[in-house]
Amino acid sequence: MDLFEYQGKQYFARFGIPVSPGGVAYSVQEAVDQADKAGYPVVVKAQVQVGGRGKAGGIKIAENADQTREQASNILGMDIKGHIVKCLWVEHASDIDKEYYASFTLDRSAKKHLCMVSSKGGVEIEQVALEDPGAIVKFHVDPTVGITIEQARQIVKDANLDAPALEGAADILMKLYECFTKGDCDLVEVNPLILTPEGKVHALDAKVTLDDNAMFRHPEWQEYRKTEELDEREQLAREKGLNYIGLSGEVGIIANGAGLAMSTLDVVNQAGGSAANFLDIGGGANADVMASALEVINSDKAVRSIFVNIFGGITRCEEVANGIIEAIGRVDISSPIVLRLDGTNAKEGREIIASDTSGKVISKPTMLEAARAAVELAKGK
Amino acid sequence: MSIFVDENTKVIVQGITGSQGRFHGLRNRDYGTKVLAGVTPGKAGTDVDGVPVFDTVVDAVDKTGADTSFVVVPPKFAPDAILEAAKAGIRLIVCITEGIPAQDEAKVYNILVNDYPNTRLIGPNCPGIISPGKCNIGITSGDIALEGGPVGIVSRSGTLTYQALHELSMQGVGQTTCVGIGGDPVPGTSFIDCLSEFEKDPQTKAVMMIGEIGGDAEERAAEFIAKEMSKPVVAYIAGVTAPAGKKMGHAGAIISGSSGTAQAKMEALEKAGVQVAPNPTVAGELMVQVVKAL
Repeated sequence: MDLFEYQGKQYFARFGIPVSPGGVAYSVQEAVDQADKAGYPVVVKAQVQVGGRGKAGGIKIAENADQTREQASNILGMDIKGHIVKCLWVEHASDIDKEYYASFTLDRSAKKHLCMVSSKGGVEIEQVALEDPGAIVKFHVDPTVGITIEQARQIVKDANLDAPALEGAADILMKLYECFTKGDCDLVEVNPLILTPEGKVHALDAKVTLDDNAMFRHPEWQEYRKTEELDEREQLAREKGLNYIGLSGEVGIIANGAGLAMSTLDVVNQAGGSAANFLDIGGGANADVMASALEVINSDKAVRSIFVNIFGGITRCEEVANGIIEAIGRVDISSPIVLRLDGTNAKEGREIIASDTSGKVISKPTMLEAARAAVELAKGK
Repeated sequence: MSIFVDENTKVIVQGITGSQGRFHGLRNRDYGTKVLAGVTPGKAGTDVDGVPVFDTVVDAVDKTGADTSFVVVPPKFAPDAILEAAKAGIRLIVCITEGIPAQDEAKVYNILVNDYPNTRLIGPNCPGIISPGKCNIGITSGDIALEGGPVGIVSRSGTLTYQALHELSMQGVGQTTCVGIGGDPVPGTSFIDCLSEFEKDPQTKAVMMIGEIGGDAEERAAEFIAKEMSKPVVAYIAGVTAPAGKKMGHAGAIISGSSGTAQAKMEALEKAGVQVAPNPTVAGELMVQVVKAL
């Protein structure tokens, strides 16, 4: 789960990482109140999870309350690459001497934690990696040992950070690692990490991706769940506990297992269609899950046909078949369903479908034939 | 022959008294796997359909001589269960648990590498390993596999592993061993580990590899194949149409920036001389041709 900047900064603050004083605002008046508290000049920042906020006019400086009011009313409601701004972060504007970059993530190849620090901050790190790879210092941390202050000092020195920034940056690196590990993050990134004219180092931005798998030991993360940017279909799927991602095609997809679901998207594409969604009903899916899945797909107005692709393992095909029959009885499914059943109890499942008289379900013996049929139906309607 | 497991593999099931552990543990036993004991703290002295239960892995190993463990416990307890098995001298650990936090997973992986170099972990978040006719550890339904070889299968995805077995078995092409390495960011066993064992296994004549988006495990496998493998490899990569930045179900299946795309993986594999199929069915068909030409 990706956090908004303000959430990331609050998360950083819990681990003692210095950030600018500021607060969240959902209205113009709240923005002015937060600005008064933070002290002028302030920066008014749109809270959206998409790059290029600044260029789109979503980040503005305000010298006083009137300017804050003006900027906040301009930015709230703004459409930044399809993301509507509902929330602002208002913080005291920092004087900036230097901009750096620091991050921790998991290096999947090395199977160790990867620390990256650069004296070239404030720009996309991918850009720096392309143009001046030498400007990024990479350091692997053994997860069983962790990072020491001596290593942190060496890293910031190797990255050629300016002398006044060294001690502060090393200290932040230690805290950032703590946030990354104890805070169960997939990624923590500070860009820019700044040095002020007074010689202070602090985080001017915060990019935090939490590891959803660690939710069980962070009950406080529930609050972030509520602010996630989900479309209506995704919201409904979330309520039903389904692993769903909305896409823009016309063939609704239901499959069991992430790999098979991805593969189903691919074969629909190869058959000349495009998927309306990714939906993995997981292992052990029963009739109820199947019915919920069909309901979510059915709520998508763009869907013209539904391709249910099941390879039973733990999932039993007769349960899937029962779920489909139940869903047809419960909801008015507006698109035809193309079904492919294989694996555990496939024969029983097919028999249940064969006895259905609604005419809404078309069975196909293989994944490819089913994909073709689903695409034809989607186009023909 | 087979890799990692065979008819002599002696298995314990950690978490055998849970519903999943019981169902799959007993199903593995019914398949013919030597399931000798179960482990659930506090349940020593009881049994699950005749399989004796012990409090600790050490006790279970002591009494039965088991060398392999099937870990079926919730994500919260799985890391400790894996380490307990390693400490007790288990040489192969198969963990199907989905949802282990990445920080725990990275720690467990590195502890195993540092302190228990002779212990192999398959998974987590995987369907397990099956050597048809000999041994089945995990959640794969035994009846979709066909014994006798000559194909080895290695896969990052669960249901696609079944699909691969199914495509081959339907065409009468058997498998030596099928390993599901799992869809998490830090799998205990990699593509390369499996490919190198298949290369050494005299009965395996060709390998089918199922990859997916995210990370660079497939690219690394491609390098290995180009340099070290004499046996033909057929591959399929899921997620050609997956959008960037969205986790496609598996914790490891995410395209971040320009890395981890199916396209890059397919190109790397093709360059290494691998036949890359656009979908699992064509992968099966290609493999039938490969086997015919052997």
